[in-house]
Amino acid sequence: MPVPHTAFEATTNRALRVFLHGLPGVDEVGARTRAQDLATRSIKTTAKRQAIDLAIRMVDLTTLEGADTPGKVRALCAKAALPDPADRTVPKVGAVCVYPDRVATAVEALRGTGIGVASVATAFPAGRAPLEVKLADTRCAVADGASEIDMVIDRGAFLSGDYKKVYDEIVAVKEACATAHLKVILETGELVTYDNVRRASHLAIHAGADFIKTSTGKVSPAATPPVVLVMLEAVRDHHAATGRHVGVKPAGGIRTSKDAIRQLVMVNEVAGPDWLSPDLFRIGASSLLNDLLMQRTRLSTGTYPGPDYYTLD
Amino acid sequence: MIFDYAPAPESRSVVRLRDTYDLFIDGEFTPAEGAGTLPTVNPADETELARFAVAGEADVDRAVAAARRAHDTVWSRMSGAERGKYLFRIARIIQERSRELAVLESMDNGKPIKETRDVDLPLVAAHFFYYAGWADKLAHAGLGRDPRPLGVAAQIIPWNFPLLMLAWKIAPALATGNTVVLKPAETTPLSALVFAEICQEADLPPGVVNIVTGAGETGRTLVEHPGTDKVAFTGSTEVGRQIARSVAGTGKRVTLELGGKGANIVYDDAAVDQAVEGIVSGIFFNQGHVCCAGSRLLVQESIADELLPKLKERIGKLRLGDPLDKNTDIGAINSAAQLERIRELTDTVEEEGVQRWSPSCELPSAGYWFAPTVLTGVSQAHRVAREEIFGPVLSVLTFRTPEEAVAKANNSPYGLSAGVWTEKGSRMLWTAERLRAGVIWSNTFNKFDPTSPFGGYKESGYGREGGRHGLEAYLG
Amino acid sequence: MAKQRRTAEAPKPPRLAVRKTYKLYLGGAFPRSESGRCYPVTSTDGDHLANAALASRKDARDAVAAARKAFGGWSSRTAYNRGQILYRVAEVLEGRRDQFAAGAERAQGLSRAAADEAVSAAIDRWVYYAGWTDKVAQVLGGANPVSGPYYNHSAPEPTGVVAVFAPQGAPLLGLTSVLAPVIATGNTAVVVVSESAPLAAVDLAEVLATSDVPGGVVNLLTGRVPEIGPHLASHADVNALDLTGAGDLAAEFEEAAATTLTRVLRPGPGADGGEDAWLDPDPGTARMTPFLETKTVWHPIGV
Repeated sequence: MPVPHTAFEATTNRALRVFLHGLPGVDEVGARTRAQDLATRSIKTTAKRQAIDLAIRMVDLTTLEGADTPGKVRALCAKAALPDPADRTVPKVGAVCVYPDRVATAVEALRGTGIGVASVATAFPAGRAPLEVKLADTRCAVADGASEIDMVIDRGAFLSGDYKKVYDEIVAVKEACATAHLKVILETGELVTYDNVRRASHLAIHAGADFIKTSTGKVSPAATPPVVLVMLEAVRDHHAATGRHVGVKPAGGIRTSKDAIRQLVMVNEVAGPDWLSPDLFRIGASSLLNDLLMQRTRLSTGTYPGPDYYTLD
Repeated sequence: MIFDYAPAPESRSVVRLRDTYDLFIDGEFTPAEGAGTLPTVNPADETELARFAVAGEADVDRAVAAARRAHDTVWSRMSGAERGKYLFRIARIIQERSRELAVLESMDNGKPIKETRDVDLPLVAAHFFYYAGWADKLAHAGLGRDPRPLGVAAQIIPWNFPLLMLAWKIAPALATGNTVVLKPAETTPLSALVFAEICQEADLPPGVVNIVTGAGETGRTLVEHPGTDKVAFTGSTEVGRQIARSVAGTGKRVTLELGGKGANIVYDDAAVDQAVEGIVSGIFFNQGHVCCAGSRLLVQESIADELLPKLKERIGKLRLGDPLDKNTDIGAINSAAQLERIRELTDTVEEEGVQRWSPSCELPSAGYWFAPTVLTGVSQAHRVAREEIFGPVLSVLTFRTPEEAVAKANNSPYGLSAGVWTEKGSRMLWTAERLRAGVIWSNTFNKFDPTSPFGGYKESGYGREGGRHGLEAYLG
Repeated sequence: MAKQRRTAEAPKPPRLAVRKTYKLYLGGAFPRSESGRCYPVTSTDGDHLANAALASRKDARDAVAAARKAFGGWSSRTAYNRGQILYRVAEVLEGRRDQFAAGAERAQGLSRAAADEAVSAAIDRWVYYAGWTDKVAQVLGGANPVSGPYYNHSAPEPTGVVAVFAPQGAPLLGLTSVLAPVIATGNTAVVVVSESAPLAAVDLAEVLATSDVPGGVVNLLTGRVPEIGPHLASHADVNALDLTGAGDLAAEFEEAAATTLTRVLRPGPGADGGEDAWLDPDPGTARMTPFLETKTVWHPIGV
């Protein structure tokens, strides 16, 4: 696979096209079959317990509503720090993910917990704003204390073949992030084909993404297993070629422990054990956390729990 | 982090084994008149599962006579619609009892429950369902206006897909109005004997299906029995030759599904990750106990260095062990004899300059096991590139041009299957057109379907099973 | 004076006919047997008609080699093109029908009417199979509705080199009836023609040679089935046998063929009959399917 080792600072659309279109294709049916096959893994007892705790640590507990209030955000942060008040052995989540104007509230609420705040900047979710606006959005979130920025790529530019614009925006946002980690949302539901998912993954990786993320959660389909599979292959191949680890974050549609464990099985068998860490794999979710908690309880008590025993947020 | 999957064993409690299984003749389980019994063992731990009767000449006689009687008096006279309804009924019972059959098959054969559950059993039921629908439509099959059954079919099936091969044999035979005497392999007789119970459960008229168990001698007796009209065999090319010889001049019809040495051609523009999956399923599906396995990887030299590390990394992820564990990818080798055969063919390859590689993988202490193996530096002249190993052993060869790929792929007395991996449609069709093999999987491998004819060119046998074509073998 | 002199002379002797040397037809050429042997051919009344080449084991071997060499080209021609060529055979045969009818009268003792009927049927048989070339794949093949996202298609392909034992008692129509379906489907043929009445086959070879049938697609051997048959039956590079004219040796040849799983078409009803056993104008696909392999191709359907 042609993996360029040099930056694309002075690159052109043509050079990017040569690189991206030179990537091996993805056969849709084959990718789906592989994902389905991995979904038949049966994770039981000790392995399940281990997977659930890991999944909790990987959750980017998310609220991205127009109706988000400081109160809603504070409640979410409390949940992030103490997912199950009845069981102090439950680990904390990976991060809390909010809109930029709610970053300050979240940072305040999470002070002392060690949980970082991620923020969806760059005119999320459509990303249809001038670059200056996107950069300002990013800088505001970072200035308010966000340690992770989830940006969206310009899908319109990508689909029109203007890879350079996508690339340059990522580079610019990365610069605006300063020390904050950059997650690049591909919005795979709008890219449609797995070939596009692979190309967008490599484009984002080469532009400097610390993570590549499937979706905004506002478009369906979102983090389907084959999409995550293809993205895991991209970070695996990039690591093999350059030695650099890039993380993956599926977001959208992962609601049950079973879904989450299937993601971890894919991480394990496609990218490898290196990625079985919140540093390199996150799951963007909101309702998932309670299901993980319920399954965790069932494993330790042997009885099936009910949702009324878990806090809403 | 290391993510160890805890054992996830499928429960054996769905299977109720008898100590000893009799022959199934004329609708009843009946003791063999001589020859005693043989054991069938679980190849994953070498424990004896049950014993089964060995049918001798007198038993085969009885079975053929019962089949003849059933053919002449009941089955060939029944309307196609009614015959079809029996087959639909059998298909439904198989679906109902599929978990039991899947577990039983994994115990008797050694193949992973993942495969028996997700591949074998669904295909078995689908095969009966498909041919059930043909029973009253034979006049539309393009095989004459009033096609007639041949009579009694002698059917001999192998151990690699015991129940699926039974379905491939029995479903079309019954749909076309023939009656059968079927002999399962001596290492995997159990699912056929449970199928006999299913025939009883379905109220299939006595004698339409007869199951005679035993080893090679029973098979020979059945093949040579003058009272049959048709021999259908799946197994080794060597036995296929003997059968073709013994039916010469008898007027019996014969179809043979024999060995293979399938080439899996990967061009430099292939979808590499899916090609890796196809290579893996091509050779490691069912421990490589597959006549159509892609046992020869022909990779374009320009991407060999990129593909092989990916392939090895992927093989390293395969999970070998307890066939009943739901996470097992590679089960046990079916028998001590087969394990010996695989070893015999591979033990000396390094002396011939071949590089041998297997992932680090712990083999269970009891049972018959062979680690997935990749042989590189193989040339056409090596024995492992020519002979069917019938085990989890992949021989890797390279090519430079499409012409060379096709020439190497076809350079074999076999011609059962081949694979082609390219993202270029015209090249795929060009290659598929030139490959001398009965099944070409392009950008996929080891896919089966009741509607899709299966069978080989050259020494891989003759006749087709599956689809409309599969009817031809049972109609005169 | 001159007139008188002429009258006085003996009448001009009838012109001496140029006889044909009947040879083999191998790889598009007409060689003698490599063995240098020939055998006398007589009419049904016992009159000597000609000598025919007595093909040897090595001639059979050369014929298989020629057929194999021609197989790639012939089988990869378009079905339309093969149909055009088979139709051309009919055209050329029609132009020489008197020759064949006379030959049938002389060699087989047929009435002129019966000979004409056999020749007409032979011509029509070539037309019949010319029409089949581009239909048989549609009739025997097609799409298979598999349960999954796959395009799946089966089509017949020629099996390869077919050794044909032509009917002994039907040297033209019988020969045509067994040969035409073999080559219509893209196979190449090595034919052991009627031993007792081989001349029509050699005449037919001349028709084939002038009808754009590429050399090696049809190879005709005159000689004895017991001598050359075993070598064809056991030949590892022969893919199929048509045992129609193999007589008592059919079972033995079938057994020999088993060693390399060579496909076998057993002698059917009428195998021992005369030309009139081959008159059915619509023999269908029965003589094509034994020499066809079904190839099934799968491909995923996705974006």
